Amino acid sequence: MSDDPTDLSDLTHPPHQRAEIVFAVTSFLAAGVLALFWSSQTTWIDGQPLVRQPGLWPLIAIVGMLVFGLGELIACLRRNARHRGSSVMAELLLWAKAFEYVVWFLAYVMATPWIGYLPASMIFTTALAFRLGYRGRLLAFSPLVGLGIVLVFKTFLDVRMPGGAVYDLLPHGLRNFLVLYF
Amino acid sequence: MDAFLDALVIVSSWQVIAALIAGSIGGVIIGAIPGVGPAVAIAILLPATFGMEPIVGLTLLLGIYGSSMFGGSIPSILINTPGTAVNALTTYDGYPMTQAGQAPRALGLSFGASFFGGLFAVIALVLLSPLLARVAPMFGSREIFLAALLGCILVVVAHRGQSLAAGALLMFGLFLNTVGMEANNYTQRFTFDLSFLTQGVNLIVVVLGLFAVSQAFILLTGKDDTGPAPSISGHVGRGVMEVFKNKRIATAGALSGTIMGIIPGVGEFTSQFLSYTYARSTSKRPELFGKGSPEGLIASESANNSVPPAAMVPLLALGIPGEALTAMMLSVFYVHNVIPGPGLFRDHMDFVMALYICLGLLNLLALLFLLVATKPLLKVLVIPNRYLGMIILALSFVGIYSLRNSVIDCMLAAVFGLLGVVLKRLNLPIVPIILGMVLGGIMEAKFRTSLPRIRSLYSWIDRPVAMVIFCLICVVLALHLWGMWRDWKGKKDGSVQH
Repeated sequence: MSDDPTDLSDLTHPPHQRAEIVFAVTSFLAAGVLALFWSSQTTWIDGQPLVRQPGLWPLIAIVGMLVFGLGELIACLRRNARHRGSSVMAELLLWAKAFEYVVWFLAYVMATPWIGYLPASMIFTTALAFRLGYRGRLLAFSPLVGLGIVLVFKTFLDVRMPGGAVYDLLPHGLRNFLVLYF
Repeated sequence: MDAFLDALVIVSSWQVIAALIAGSIGGVIIGAIPGVGPAVAIAILLPATFGMEPIVGLTLLLGIYGSSMFGGSIPSILINTPGTAVNALTTYDGYPMTQAGQAPRALGLSFGASFFGGLFAVIALVLLSPLLARVAPMFGSREIFLAALLGCILVVVAHRGQSLAAGALLMFGLFLNTVGMEANNYTQRFTFDLSFLTQGVNLIVVVLGLFAVSQAFILLTGKDDTGPAPSISGHVGRGVMEVFKNKRIATAGALSGTIMGIIPGVGEFTSQFLSYTYARSTSKRPELFGKGSPEGLIASESANNSVPPAAMVPLLALGIPGEALTAMMLSVFYVHNVIPGPGLFRDHMDFVMALYICLGLLNLLALLFLLVATKPLLKVLVIPNRYLGMIILALSFVGIYSLRNSVIDCMLAAVFGLLGVVLKRLNLPIVPIILGMVLGGIMEAKFRTSLPRIRSLYSWIDRPVAMVIFCLICVVLALHLWGMWRDWKGKKDGSVQH
């Protein structure tokens, strides 16, 4: 960041991160793999010119990814050679930390059709708040956050969320009420 | 006049009024919470708006889009943390004013400038409408194809210093759009025999993953760095009125935002950059810029808040979104089978006028809300970041799952969430992926419908509007190449002098 408070370059040119090389290599390789699959994953229709082939637009996209990706890769290598800076490995570990919350998210997704949207939301918000280290008032408030989300989206805005399988164990009237609103 | 009266009838329905209030107040609150931002909120609310009338859903989303910038200036000014990305420039002059004990004045200036910018853009839109109504029907398939191509090029060149990454991401978005069953020959493209890919990659899933889920992951893996709630003494009203003493700066900012908003792919940052540079170069006290200049604050806020109404121009007139938020709004149109484009001005002028009226009212409501509620609103600044991450993750789930009740959609969103984490951590742009998906679809469709009339390459540009767009493409590319050459020469000269 510049010392000059009115230097606008930070807004228009975000600082370079050395770990960008990981992105550059991965995206270029991914584009290469997609290029290898182009002929098997698109259909060539005999007698039609290239501009009418179904594979034209995937081809344009993949060639574009390869060209820009190669340019990005070269530019990244040059920038990394010029600038020393933050450790690439430390950045990769930071990315990896997000995987824990992917698991939390998917557990919430999987649980909802079984135990129902309201119980799943209240359990998710409370358990995650506990995992994050919140105690006292914030932890006590967490199930209310889950309840609030369900009330706003399912009860009032009527978004399409399925009832839980566990609701089927309840008396008919209560089951219908819960499926409809919670 | 008939269209205007019909529009008033539309706007006076209770659903629209409720959306106006919820959108403007909700937008201000969302903007005031650092780490949320309008993109996250709009992505989450998008599926919920599919069940509403288009004007109601769009009013709600536009309210959040426009009003978030009003709210975003609060943490920028008081705690030096931008509420939304586009409020970053506000910290340059807003926070030094707070340090100098002028927080209410800075907030007032910011709210007043935002209001001025928003209203200016709406009035410009209304005045432009007859022209748009006349020009829009001149856009056939070829012209829309070329305009979408121009949008793609602008998205890439607007990311100076990151054009290669932006290009690769745009092409990735274009690729994502091609996955699935294509509509002309009913063949599969890159489905790898996986049935869920036959329907293609859903734009909303990608949007929610890249914006909302990724933001939740970033907040959850970060630290809670919230301090005690800031407080202000004094009223912000005087600052609001002070904007009108700086009409020249406010008008220049609003004009810059309106023009940049209309151009697809450019957006708030460029408009602020131009507005701020102009204000500084014409100021009697340029040394104050970055140290608490009221003019600097007005320049940045009037420019960023005039972009949302202006960004509706390419969307409404041509069906081409200029940035990620209007790309999300495009799906609201499609869900209701209202196709934005040349026909909208011809067949649904009342709808267009109603949208303009709503945009104007949203600005007014946001300003009124802030005049009375700024002090209690400061409490939202103390919500811990990771707690906020948990709420965003829970909200993202309802957004994704309610689309098709599909677990696979949620898994895909989680994957795009991880990609979003990587891109955000590396300061790489996300918007090109979204625009690649949307503009890619438009380009492919318009390319195909243009083909029967194409005899040679020249046929693409043998009509006046197509020729103008083609010339614009050439100018943009030439300017970009010239800029690259200048940068390269500057670096070379610098290293020689060393």
